Amino acid sequence: MTINTSSTLSQTRSLLSPMVRWGLLLSLAFLFGVIPFLPDFYVTLIGKIMCFAICALAMDLIWGYTGILSLGHGLFFALGGYAMGMYLMRQIGRDGVYKSDLPDFMVFLDWKELPWHWTGSEHFLWALLLMVAAPGVLAFVFGYFAFRSRIKGVYFSIITQALTFAAMLLFFRNETGFGGNNGFTDFKRIVDIPIATPSMRISLCILSGLVLIAFYLIARYLVQSKYGRVLQAIRDAESRVLFTGYNTLWYKLSIWTISAMMCGVAGALYVPQVGIINPSEMSPAASIEIAIWAAVGGRATLIGPILGAFFVNGAKSWFTVAFPEFWLYFLGALFILVTLFLPQGIIGLIRKRSPKSAPNIEGNAPTPPAAAAAANANQHAQGSQA
Amino acid sequence: MRLPDVFTGAIRCFCATLFTLTFVTSPQLSKALTPEAAKAIAVGENDDRLAALAKAIAAPSDGLVRLIDALLDDAVKVAEGRVYIVRDGKAIDAATGAETTLPPNAEDVVNNNRVRGELDTARAAFSLLSEDRNTRAKAITELKDEANEAKLPIIDRAIAKESDAELKSRLQQLRAAMLVASSDKAKRLEAVAALASSGEPSVKSLLQERLQPTGESDPEVRAALANAIKAIDAKLVRGERLGVIFSGASLGSILLLVALGLAITYGLMGVINMAHGELMMIGAYTTYVVQNLFRQHLPSGFDYYILAAIPVAFTVSALVGAVLERTVIRWLYGRPLETLLATWGISLVLIQSVRTLFGAQNVPVENPAFLSGGVAIMSNLTLPYNRIAIIFFAFFVLLLVYLLINKTRLGLFVRGVTQNRSMASCMGVNTARIDTYAFALGAGIAGLAGCALSQVGNVGPDLGQSYIVDSFLVVVLGGVGQLAGTVYAALGLGVLNKLLEGWTGAVLAKIAVLAFIVVFIQRRPQGIFALKGRSAD
Repeated sequence: MTINTSSTLSQTRSLLSPMVRWGLLLSLAFLFGVIPFLPDFYVTLIGKIMCFAICALAMDLIWGYTGILSLGHGLFFALGGYAMGMYLMRQIGRDGVYKSDLPDFMVFLDWKELPWHWTGSEHFLWALLLMVAAPGVLAFVFGYFAFRSRIKGVYFSIITQALTFAAMLLFFRNETGFGGNNGFTDFKRIVDIPIATPSMRISLCILSGLVLIAFYLIARYLVQSKYGRVLQAIRDAESRVLFTGYNTLWYKLSIWTISAMMCGVAGALYVPQVGIINPSEMSPAASIEIAIWAAVGGRATLIGPILGAFFVNGAKSWFTVAFPEFWLYFLGALFILVTLFLPQGIIGLIRKRSPKSAPNIEGNAPTPPAAAAAANANQHAQGSQA
Repeated sequence: MRLPDVFTGAIRCFCATLFTLTFVTSPQLSKALTPEAAKAIAVGENDDRLAALAKAIAAPSDGLVRLIDALLDDAVKVAEGRVYIVRDGKAIDAATGAETTLPPNAEDVVNNNRVRGELDTARAAFSLLSEDRNTRAKAITELKDEANEAKLPIIDRAIAKESDAELKSRLQQLRAAMLVASSDKAKRLEAVAALASSGEPSVKSLLQERLQPTGESDPEVRAALANAIKAIDAKLVRGERLGVIFSGASLGSILLLVALGLAITYGLMGVINMAHGELMMIGAYTTYVVQNLFRQHLPSGFDYYILAAIPVAFTVSALVGAVLERTVIRWLYGRPLETLLATWGISLVLIQSVRTLFGAQNVPVENPAFLSGGVAIMSNLTLPYNRIAIIFFAFFVLLLVYLLINKTRLGLFVRGVTQNRSMASCMGVNTARIDTYAFALGAGIAGLAGCALSQVGNVGPDLGQSYIVDSFLVVVLGGVGQLAGTVYAALGLGVLNKLLEGWTGAVLAKIAVLAFIVVFIQRRPQGIFALKGRSAD
């Protein structure tokens, strides 16, 4: 992990620098001024991509700033999604195919009552708690054991990949009580409001946008704090940080757990918008894609991964419609070219082009307007080509 | 429902010479078949015919064998109480075998399925006396499910004549199975004792049937039956356990083949090659292409395509690996996490290329004849030849890799570059070229693994994906840069996986193994065989 961090000790910026303020303003204007007037398809697409952007942001905290590459973030995303999915399944009530109090798949499996882990799933607040608690607790326990025995680098990546793979196998089973192959789908309403209406779609999309902005600010606060400095020091020379007297275990464990919980929230926002959650979200491929969003946008910058998520997923939805057979070529080439030629991602490219900001390669600078504008342009480009 | 046994039909007359297709020509079958007996078997109500057949079997003769064969081939006709066999337009008298003229009003003999079944069994009973060992062995297998006392005389005769020890013991078991329902208590006891030495699930169910309240009534025989079932159970359990160990060794040897290549690219070179599975897939598809070429151009040597496919698969995968190393991986040495992402990208491109070239469906790869089938060790344990071959192949490849790394100049260079790149370079080693060779070697071994996998599993674009997680775990568990560790880890994981599979089912077994590895890495973060001394990063 060698990222140029020569200027990490440059002047500390305020949390809300003028650029960030303008960016926030523009993003909010986009959310409330443009989203409600877009066609349904784009509302769902943008909402979905904003959930992915939260994942990319979470990945950036752990990978870009702490140097730990997780190939299991899809698991936390899916856990958050399943937590919300359970609540949504209960909200179906007796409107399912079998007109039963139980979710359809349980009737199908001839179960007579809810399994223990569904206790409380009818309460919205419980779902909100579960969507952060389930990924958080899993990440904490797993991370504690992994970091305590100093598993790092590639080892850690491979073990996280094995973790999400194992979870996928587990969730594929009907006995696990999460709907097996098909997962959860056919949602009818959320907090007793019908889910498949344009206004609900727009609200969920705007909510995702607000959560993304909030998480961006939290992440910005974290990486600018002393805590964030230690994380970056761990990334660059963990042994030295240890010898200086820091217990790196707790730093790594806390950022790992925070990152997992952010992914959980993203999953919970994602499920009501796309209307389905199934174990394929836990496949190793899904998790590794999160890493590429962050890498394409630019690691160790906070806006980069958000841009990356918009760019890669925008390209994905365009390719899979226009040239379905070329999507994997494109994605594969992206993986190769970005690692070979763009170690700083799109943000690095932009900075290289504009000599004004070139000397300052700090992690957290660039502008949210760029994000909104690029995303916007991207969507429009798609619209005209699709 | 009972069908009319005899249908009418007009047939023209022909003169004929004798043609018999039967291969049973034992001198013991001398007693001639009487015309009456022949008529009784061919004509009448089904029940009467079967009774006549059972009676005739007790005194087998050439004529009877001929008649049964003909009946099974629907070549028998009846006219005026005489039975004729008509083959190739030539008629013979069924009883005497003499050539004769078929009367114009001869009628076909038609057999329903029940009669056919009995005829088949009778035929098998006669095959017991065949000269050919395979025919006899096949006959015993056929008779196993049709054991009844009526065929006792012929089995007794077969036992007396049998010279092959294995067949003889099987015949004796068959005899016991027939006698277990005998009316004589001593005979039953003797039969149960003989059956207890068997390890067959079918014998067990036979004995259990006798234990039913409607079956055996004598307490002494019942006790003997219960003991016999216990003895058979013990044998079956032993067979199952051996089976688990074998399938574990088989899985382990496949993991070993997969992990050997990784042990070189990851262990020695520090490159995380996520495209390793796709290099295996290339090996498997190469095998498929070689197979098709053989089928098209050299059908007579089709069975040997696998021998040609092995080097070709190695070469193709090694070439692809060399190209990848030169174009992509070369620039990423020392950045393992980025290598991981780049090779993942490579794997996506390779998968999609194969889909474009060969389609998204699986392609069929046939086993050569000498790798299909298996050797039956016990009644419930058959070891397939292809899996045995892969176990040997894996160890053969292991030996080659060991020799290559430890005994050749190239191996010396690879070890040198691994240990101290700049020093090796100073000594005149072309390190860049060695990197390419080593990576190509790892890729080639992946190709060999793919070639082996094509013999036991499906060949499709996502063949590699299903092994990649497992094989990385093997390398991680075995320890980096350790061939010996890779071997132990692969075999250990294979057997552990299969043991747990028998106990908890496949999915939970996999999860348990993953949990085990996570816990194990807690204790030994460097794998089973950690490098000794201070190797701080």
